[in-house]
Amino acid sequence: MAKQKVLEMKNITKTFPGVKALDKVNFSLEKGEVHALLGENGAGKSTLMKVLNGIHKRDEGEIIVKGEPVEFENTKEAQNAGLAIIHQELELIPYLNVAENIFLGREERNGVFINYKKLYQQTEEVLDLLGVNIDPRAQIKDLNIGSQQMVEIAKAVSQDADILVMDEPTSSLTNQEIEILFELIERLKEQEIAIVYISHRLEEVFEICDRVTVLRDGQFVGEVKTSETNEDELIKMMVGRTIEDRFPEMNFAPADEILRVKNLSVPDQIVNASFSLKKGEILGIAGLMGSGRTELAKAIFGVFKEKTGEIFYRGNRLKINSPADAIDNGIYYLSEDRKEEGLILGLSVADNISISVLKTILNANTFIDSAAEKELAEKYIKDLNIKTPSEKQLVKNLSGGNQQKVVISKLLSTRPEVVIFDEPTRGIDVGAKREIYNLMQDLIDEGVAVILISSELPEILNLSNRILVMHEKEIMGELDAAEADQEAIMKLATGRRSQ
Amino acid sequence: MNNISGSIKDKSFLEILNKFKTGIGLLVLVIVLSFMSPYFLTIPNLLNVVRQVSIIAVISFGMTMVILTGGIDLSVGSMLAFSGAVAAGMMVNSGLNVFLAILIGLAAGTALGLFNGLAVAKAKLPAFIVTLAMMTVARGFTLIYTNGRPISGFDETFRFFGAGYLGRIPIPVVIMFILLIVIYILLKKTPFGRYIYAIGGNETATKLSGINTDKIKIAVYALNGFLAAVSGIILTSRLNSAQPMAGEGYELDAIAAVVLGGTSLSGGSGGVIGTIIGALIIAVLNNGLNLLNVSSFYQLVAKGAVILLAVFLDRKSQQQ
Repeated sequence: MAKQKVLEMKNITKTFPGVKALDKVNFSLEKGEVHALLGENGAGKSTLMKVLNGIHKRDEGEIIVKGEPVEFENTKEAQNAGLAIIHQELELIPYLNVAENIFLGREERNGVFINYKKLYQQTEEVLDLLGVNIDPRAQIKDLNIGSQQMVEIAKAVSQDADILVMDEPTSSLTNQEIEILFELIERLKEQEIAIVYISHRLEEVFEICDRVTVLRDGQFVGEVKTSETNEDELIKMMVGRTIEDRFPEMNFAPADEILRVKNLSVPDQIVNASFSLKKGEILGIAGLMGSGRTELAKAIFGVFKEKTGEIFYRGNRLKINSPADAIDNGIYYLSEDRKEEGLILGLSVADNISISVLKTILNANTFIDSAAEKELAEKYIKDLNIKTPSEKQLVKNLSGGNQQKVVISKLLSTRPEVVIFDEPTRGIDVGAKREIYNLMQDLIDEGVAVILISSELPEILNLSNRILVMHEKEIMGELDAAEADQEAIMKLATGRRSQ
Repeated sequence: MNNISGSIKDKSFLEILNKFKTGIGLLVLVIVLSFMSPYFLTIPNLLNVVRQVSIIAVISFGMTMVILTGGIDLSVGSMLAFSGAVAAGMMVNSGLNVFLAILIGLAAGTALGLFNGLAVAKAKLPAFIVTLAMMTVARGFTLIYTNGRPISGFDETFRFFGAGYLGRIPIPVVIMFILLIVIYILLKKTPFGRYIYAIGGNETATKLSGINTDKIKIAVYALNGFLAAVSGIILTSRLNSAQPMAGEGYELDAIAAVVLGGTSLSGGSGGVIGTIIGALIIAVLNNGLNLLNVSSFYQLVAKGAVILLAVFLDRKSQQQ
């Protein structure tokens, strides 16, 4: 029962100066299927999609959409042919409402005025079709990211798109929102819409995708049915070698208590958080997005001015009023948002690595010792295996995994005693993930205390020895990682206490 | 392999060309003008050009730092006038010693800049609004302090700063060069300078890296007030009088020099070497058009067109 092919890309080759980004890549998409496009960062997934929608010109190969060979000059032409891309960064206008966004530039008019009655009616029709429950009159800025994504999808459907490309659609959604998105994807399939699904999360691929195409270093590795493969095989295809396990076997050596948080509250962010942290352990913090995990970390790191409660550090009460105070005392927080809060993209690798310790590498107490700075950067480039032509390369030119290693180098350069990792492996490839896990083992071996915040439950379960679970700004309970499972965490994370 | 190394070589040549493009623009302008006017490429004329440029250049060094942090300062012209008037008033009305009067003038400009910095960093007000308000307030202070009339009748020693010479080089040019070198080193070689670039690139990330970003921003605005005051002293000395409306519109010339010099208006990249070249391009253009007897009305049009063209070319080259 060969289904009708809506899209075929054959032998696509694209060369950038010095790099072959795509080398004879094949990709095909059938009507009403969800087809995962997998690969590590830099494997060529985005380039392939950019070639598809006309942003990049291909050097070789052909693209056939619904039986017709096409040559899109720009995204507008691709859109007219029924192709829509839902980007990671949503492209809606915050101060317009849902209906105005969906039909922007295509509004029915009465003379020069917008026919609002018709506009809302049309919007409701589209939203109903997708089974989405959003008020057409709500302003985009008041919606959460999940709902905004629904609006973006509704917009594409209203433009009669029948090929949807979703680029990491779940990267900033809560588990609940992800469930809603998956239901929506099922309904899109019923409408015979074909979906290209780009994601790093393999569990999702198995949950909703029919087929998988894997790319590696710009080359086509293979195409398999999800029903005929498993995670290990896909990882092997992606990285080109067998990774024994996704997670290393961790050896914890909990020693003396280094940090104790007592009744810490931040208005509107954290309610009465208390916990303690030992040297040589990894304390996991789980919870849904918005449960206050990040805020708890930031409160300890001195980001919030208004807070009550006490923080004891090495047995003494410590006042932390700014990140500078925290870092001076040996506490470092790695942000979940590497681009907005971690890196200075326009500066070099060396500039980014040295920024927290710049004042310790001075000549004559005044001038930056550039030789020492270079040495520092080169040490971490080597230790953490950062792939960069030189320490002078601008960070914005590195891949996600290597960018993350630069932020971690910055943190390590301060020789911290307490490290808070917030989603340290988000959006980075399997190989780099494994390297970061190994680095955490090195840290606890040296007696550093680690807090790990993560949305990926397997990560929390495999890497920590104790787990705190948060819900609605509160710590709901503590679990022993050896005995806990995903279900136990989710119970607490959704507000059901264990007792 | 050969192919790849060849393309890398080409790339680095283009990069070098790109890096020095403002300098090349200035060079082309100088060459063209030297053919069009025989007087242009003479020592007296060139010294005249650099003397004219020195006052705007000193302001634009401060403006470069402010813009590098992602800010803007519209009040430099007014701060210049106020500082000049205060120094002049201290000498003429209060009978203070020349150096003491200069110090008080410099302190006055620094204090206004400090206020800008506090309002931007601590009260979190937009720099555009804060300095727009300061532009009017400082001008008002100047008019109040001077009663709206010029202050003149200085001691001969005061004339040195605007009209004196070191050998054949005018003192304002000497001051400009010293400040250029000091600020260049400050920006490129000290943590303070690095933090300025970092704040302009990503303020949140800089703060989370343990840097007291508020302190750096306040210092930058204060330093900018100080540099406006230095210009105010030079201008007052050169004109031999403190004019209440001195420096009007200088903020736009300074911003133009910074932008022409390739510093990004959103902050994070650029520097003072570009700025001095940008200031020189404007000055050379004005001087050349004067020598060619082009009316000053047309000069305004030419200046605007050059700024637009330069920024357009800059954008083009960045997109590639």
